[in-house]
Amino acid sequence: MPSEITSQEVYANRRQWMQGVGLGVGLGLSALAPGLAVAQPAPPPKGKALPGARSSVPGANTVEKATAWGDITTYNNFYEFGTDKGDPLRNAGALKTRPWTVAIEGEVKKPGNLDIETLLKLAPMEERIYRLRCVEGWSMVIPWVGFSLAELIKRVEPTGNARYLQFVTLADPAQMPGLSSSVLDWPYLEGLRMDEAVHPLTMLAFGLYGHVMPNQNGAPLRLVVPWKYGFKSGKSLVKIRFVEKQPKTSWELAAPSEYGFYSNVNPQVDHPRWSQATERRIGEDGLFAKKRSTLMFNGYEPQVGQLYAGMDLKKFY
Amino acid sequence: MIATPAVHAPARRLMAGWVKPLLFLASLGPLAWLVWGAVNDGLGANPAEALIRSTGEWTLRFLCLTLAITPLRQFSGWHWLARLRRMLGLFTFAYGCLHFLSFAWLDMGLDLSAIVRDIIKRPFILVGSAALLTMLPLAATSFDRAIKALGARRWQVLHRLIYATALLAVLHFFWMRSAKNDFAEVAVYAAVIAALLGWRLWWRWKSVSGRARRLA
Repeated sequence: MPSEITSQEVYANRRQWMQGVGLGVGLGLSALAPGLAVAQPAPPPKGKALPGARSSVPGANTVEKATAWGDITTYNNFYEFGTDKGDPLRNAGALKTRPWTVAIEGEVKKPGNLDIETLLKLAPMEERIYRLRCVEGWSMVIPWVGFSLAELIKRVEPTGNARYLQFVTLADPAQMPGLSSSVLDWPYLEGLRMDEAVHPLTMLAFGLYGHVMPNQNGAPLRLVVPWKYGFKSGKSLVKIRFVEKQPKTSWELAAPSEYGFYSNVNPQVDHPRWSQATERRIGEDGLFAKKRSTLMFNGYEPQVGQLYAGMDLKKFY
Repeated sequence: MIATPAVHAPARRLMAGWVKPLLFLASLGPLAWLVWGAVNDGLGANPAEALIRSTGEWTLRFLCLTLAITPLRQFSGWHWLARLRRMLGLFTFAYGCLHFLSFAWLDMGLDLSAIVRDIIKRPFILVGSAALLTMLPLAATSFDRAIKALGARRWQVLHRLIYATALLAVLHFFWMRSAKNDFAEVAVYAAVIAALLGWRLWWRWKSVSGRARRLA
């Protein structure tokens, strides 16, 4: 079923806007370069189809315009493939997504290895259009395909001791050139409190724009927690551990004064080096437009605010 | 031996006439590429960030080129290289201004109070602004009349400020990249600048110790 959101046509408008603004500036220098390149039309989604029905989860379908496929799949932070935004596109072709298993360990009654084909059939696929806010200060709107993580959690039956989940990303040096860098300790670890994990908005995503997940976006399955900074949404998951104590997460280990366990999107809590009050929406707004305001919990306060009632979010950042 | 009368050397320029204009055009290249990229949507998904980052990188590169002139001149004996230093220094300042302007306009929407607040609140921006400020008196005294007015000795001392610029610039870049734990590029610039400044220390030590030996 084709996606309801088509941004391809509007995507072209964005380029025309920028051309208009920049033309005056660039005219003199452009005269030195004959044959001014014309902006390419936006690339359509590629790959095997993975359709999803419209989700009925409250908050799962923002009315904002979805970011273009071309931007979502070429501007990525996936340090296992290099720290440049274009590295994942360049290098993630080596990622082998079959065979693939996700190990379920820890405080559960049904531990074991789940094959990706089993996971794909675990629950009906839904299309959900989520905002994604990177801690660096940019954001996108992404039409993911997947289902609530809660579907998996209930099937593996966590015990009473399971208070947190830890998510482990693949760390295979043979496929991932970025592992030789010490920018982070590998494998990439993330974690959620149990109530965050079972929240309907927390999803396991297997695709985007009605197609199977591209490698650089975290194939074959990844976590998406839309009210937290993007790095909380671990990619290319190979293990989910159910644990009693708050688990270690990679960015917390790398810079504990800058990145906390919760990392909820919060315009009132600055990153030590830059404000989090505004953000740049990729593909929108124009080069010279003022940045837009960041929303509390990335705009999902009605759905998730109650999880943090009474919590000092400046302390638990 | 019979002294021969001095013969006038044939009229010869010390540096070919096309060198400076060529360097000028080449130095405009990065700017032209960035503007062309901005107009033609060739800067990727986040053009504002690309502009801020690229103008910063080019400031650092021109700073390295400027600092490289003296060691290159001393090493090669090509004293005409000194004539290129002012142009390279001024391009460093120009790209530095573009870098700050990109931040002030694209990141902060030219909101003066927000910019001032950020400079005070964020150490890496404070240090970067300081680096730009150290270049201001150098740019202001770069033209011939200023050199004459200051006198060679005072001008030389003032222009040693570029060493402060270099250290502040590397610190600014280091603190910025600390947020992402990504020090690969920082290490390269730090190594290059350390080598270019280290050369000067070595050269000075060599000439001082050489003089001492001759006087002994």
